[in-house]
Amino acid sequence: MKILVTIKRTPHRDARMRVAADGKSLETGDIAFEINPFDEIAVEEALRIKEAGKAQEVVAVTVGLEVAREQLLAALAMGADRGILVNSGGAAEKQELDSLQIAKTLSAVIQSEQPGLVIMGKLATDDENWQIAPMVAELLGWPQATFASKLELSEDGKTAQVTREVDAGLEEVELTLPALVTVDLRINEPRYASLPGIMKAKRKPLDVIEIEDLGGLADLGGIGQSCVRTVSYRALPAKEKGILVDSAAALAAALKERKLV
Amino acid sequence: MVSFELTPEQQLLQETARRFAQNEMAPVAQQYDERGEFALKVYQKAFATGLLNDIIPEKYGGAGLTTFESTLIAEELASGCAGMTTTTLGNGLATIPLLIAGTEQQRERFLTLLTSKLTFASFDLTEPGAGSDAASMSTTATRKGNGYVLQGEKSFITNGGVASFHVVFATLDKSKRSKGVTAFIVPSDTPGLIPGKDESKMGHRASNTTSVRYENVEIPASLRLGEEGQGFKLAMQTLDRARSSVAAIGVGVARAALHHSAQYALERTTFGQPIAQHQGIQFMIAQMARDVEAARLLTWHAAWMVDQGMNASKESACAKLFATDTAMRAATDAVQIFGGNGYMREYPVEKLMRDAKLLQIYEGTNQIQHIVIARHVLDAAT
Amino acid sequence: MTTADVLIIVGPTPSSPRKIDRAAIGFGRKATDCISGELDLLLLGPAAETASSQFAHLGARKIYTIGHADLANYTAEAYTHAVCDFTSERNYRFLGGSASSATRDYFPRVAARLGIPMASEVLEIDQLTADQAQLVRAVFVGNLLATLSISGPQILATCRASAFEVPAEEVATESPVEVVTISHALALAGKQFLSLTEQTSDRPDLTEAEIIVSGGRGTRGAEGFQLLEQLADQLGAAIGCTRAVVDSGWMPNDLQVGQTGKVVAPKLYFAVAISGAIQHMAGMRSSKTVVAINKDPDAPIFEIADLGLVADMLEAVPQLTEALKG
Ligand SMILES: Cc1cc2nc3c(=O)[nH]c(=O)nc-3n(C[C@H](O)[C@H](O)[C@H](O)COP(=O)(O)OP(=O)(O)OC[C@H]3O[C@@H](n4cnc5c(N)ncnc54)[C@H](O)[C@@H]3O)c2cc1C
Ligand SMILES: Cc1cc2nc3c(=O)[nH]c(=O)nc-3n(C[C@H](O)[C@H](O)[C@H](O)COP(=O)(O)OP(=O)(O)OC[C@H]3O[C@@H](n4cnc5c(N)ncnc54)[C@H](O)[C@@H]3O)c2cc1C
Repeated sequence: MKILVTIKRTPHRDARMRVAADGKSLETGDIAFEINPFDEIAVEEALRIKEAGKAQEVVAVTVGLEVAREQLLAALAMGADRGILVNSGGAAEKQELDSLQIAKTLSAVIQSEQPGLVIMGKLATDDENWQIAPMVAELLGWPQATFASKLELSEDGKTAQVTREVDAGLEEVELTLPALVTVDLRINEPRYASLPGIMKAKRKPLDVIEIEDLGGLADLGGIGQSCVRTVSYRALPAKEKGILVDSAAALAAALKERKLV
Repeated sequence: MVSFELTPEQQLLQETARRFAQNEMAPVAQQYDERGEFALKVYQKAFATGLLNDIIPEKYGGAGLTTFESTLIAEELASGCAGMTTTTLGNGLATIPLLIAGTEQQRERFLTLLTSKLTFASFDLTEPGAGSDAASMSTTATRKGNGYVLQGEKSFITNGGVASFHVVFATLDKSKRSKGVTAFIVPSDTPGLIPGKDESKMGHRASNTTSVRYENVEIPASLRLGEEGQGFKLAMQTLDRARSSVAAIGVGVARAALHHSAQYALERTTFGQPIAQHQGIQFMIAQMARDVEAARLLTWHAAWMVDQGMNASKESACAKLFATDTAMRAATDAVQIFGGNGYMREYPVEKLMRDAKLLQIYEGTNQIQHIVIARHVLDAAT
Repeated sequence: MTTADVLIIVGPTPSSPRKIDRAAIGFGRKATDCISGELDLLLLGPAAETASSQFAHLGARKIYTIGHADLANYTAEAYTHAVCDFTSERNYRFLGGSASSATRDYFPRVAARLGIPMASEVLEIDQLTADQAQLVRAVFVGNLLATLSISGPQILATCRASAFEVPAEEVATESPVEVVTISHALALAGKQFLSLTEQTSDRPDLTEAEIIVSGGRGTRGAEGFQLLEQLADQLGAAIGCTRAVVDSGWMPNDLQVGQTGKVVAPKLYFAVAISGAIQHMAGMRSSKTVVAINKDPDAPIFEIADLGLVADMLEAVPQLTEALKG
């Protein structure tokens, strides 16, 4: 079986993003980028399945700028076998490509790659859209299990049993492959790209496909026809500085005085 | 063309090391330091990530990094914990002579051992009576049958008590001084090889340092590393190559001192303003930043020369000298910026100061680096 | 052509409206105010029909219920199918709901199936016209607000429950209820629901509670949480925690607050022995009043705390519980 994982290049998880002077874009000059943390967990999960002998190949895919090659390389260094960069020429960054279009693009890649399992991060930490994975599953007509904290393939490799972290607790579902799973934080702790892994990665195949050549976007009007655009950013309104009290008794008194308890 | 741009692979190497330092080393550095405990758990993970054997060629299971790439790793790791980085350096010191002078059989056996499971190795040069003047060593090697017998004592050996094999230097004829020195590889289970207790140190307390006694240690000729009488040259070539790593550790320590200083200076207020507003503090921070930049450039340049196959003896000495002095000054200033807090174990900078000190001593004291540099300059002038 | 009407989707439907359901209706009303349309409600799931009376005084023009057998156990695939079948003949301008683990799961599928744009976890509706919408949402771990411009005749959006006013009074007129029957199967063959293990507790639900007492790694597990539970008992509060606590196995995952857990905005939030990582703050920074107790005066949580106490929680929390009794 082949597993396909998707990867997004996102600003470092602890980066403090600042709005640029035009109010429409973000200052990215000195920001470090990384693989979206949840996607890194997806790569790890795919590698573990492969190491358990239940998959033969792990393919990492990203739709993005040419520089996202770095994140694909990181996935290859962790152990993925092959990378695919769908070069969007920065369309998403220019607000010319929205979630549904990216989902279409990914499903076009998936249709040509024919993996048995697609593993994605449950969320991208930059735009926090929570959208692409279920959209891809729907476009493919596949079953999905989002927010997985456990993923187990059956012996015959035909089904997957997934534990999902949901608001009420833990849900168990069974998927018949091909299927799509999104992973949550607790499913695994991703490995570091090892030094020998990094050196090997540069010799692994990494194909670049121009997004226009994929065809997935045709019925959405193509690049530039995105329906969702970010038109401005602003910082959160500053919070008024609070006060420090010096004892538990003083805290209790303050709470009572403010009629909070 | 001069370029300071790292390739995507080099950026990844750096990022892996940075994340490892931040997530695996820094959070436990103080605890291992305080207990003076060998950080086995951290090394296990470092091994799995390939950080212990970065310069071993891919053929033997390593990452095959260049000397330059190796300095990227050392700087990052040292910013997390210099002591733990010294352990990795110990393995590097044992690897380099094998790369320079090892037979294919020796490399296959010992380099593959280092990459197949968590294994430590050591470089046994210094003796109680011979440090800076290594050629005056008194550990002897005597030919016996088709092999040698080693006799003597080495001191301050990094990984001495945990190594699976030692690269040791001994003399066949003390009267020949450096020309008598010969190198050997001694597996640590060889009868007569006796490590001393782990020394209690000022800093680098997560690393293992012991004396190593050789009592009639018999080894076959196949474990002689290089030719008879070539050992001193091999030791010096090894140190020339490793010096840029020590320099990189200095950059990492100085960088950590700068980072902590800047953070603290913004938080701590005196006379109604953050101390970062006082010019006296700003100047210390500016000097640290200046020296970190300069030290890194010297380090990269020396490492690059090694990779080009050039003689980098002078440049490596310059880098080691400047970067480790920078680390010491930056750490001392960081303690000063922290005031009384800086002197307390609870804050991270006093450890930096203790750790920085060793960098000026090992792998050739900084006085010896001056001598090396001066000799090169004066030789060229005559 | 779409109408100027708004559909709020609730599903799986609880036995009576929760805070998040009322907020969804508040969200829907905000939308109808912009385009002068009407608000309808779609309730999905086995409880939809019986619960519909509980939703009848929230101001909906009409309530539709779908209680199809394939919706008995929640699956994204069947719920998607039901919503799309329902909406395909009805030209709503705006389809909405509250963000939850269910809507995060199936709403994007609905958007993909209908081929319409979607906005997740909206905080404000700036503007809504016949073919344009301007919506505000949080990005970058809640550190920035982004204004989205969305074009097209129909959109789907979820709201952050914490950001929308729950309709205060009951509306006198009762919304008529129509039971919608779908005769074909809705389930997708490849997806099988197996079980749901719910965490039961006598305490209020995190997303419902007026007061939340949250603990972090500094509680050191059972020892500290016992003290927090006593405080919560005293206040009738819900218990929450950080990821570090869930990862350590001290508390179940459904109590995690933050970027990847629940987003809450109670009147009063106690952050005890919590450092204040941005991922945690993303889930609680809209709380009306934040109280921080931490032994480290430099902990970032103090930056957003209204009331702060630098102290060891093991001492301070019992003292506080005691002082609040008086
Ligand atoms: C923690 C630790 C780990 C170590 N790890 C290793 C290891 O793994 N392998 C190994 O072989 N060694 C190791 N060493 C030994 C280290 O390399 C030596 O300590 C160092 O070379 C100095 O030698 P010495 O201690 O004998 O000092 P000495 O040579 O006695 O020097 C004493 C002082 O005199 C100065 N001095 C000496 N000669 C001159 C001169 N000509 N002009 C001016 N000043 C001079 C020195 O700079 C120094 O200040 C380690 C040491 C320590 C502390
Ligand atoms: C992609 C991603 C998503 C994440 N999502 C979430 C999320 O949804 N929710 C979440 O919470 N985290 C999340 N995290 C994790 C987050 O970054 C932090 O690691 C986590 O919130 C830290 O939890 P903590 O505050 O309990 O622990 P720590 O950061 O370890 O803080 C413990 C605090 O306790 C204090 N303390 C210790 N002992 C005492 C005592 N006796 N009395 C008083 N104070 C004491 C300490 O001073 C310290 O401030 C996420 C991380 C990533 C990378």
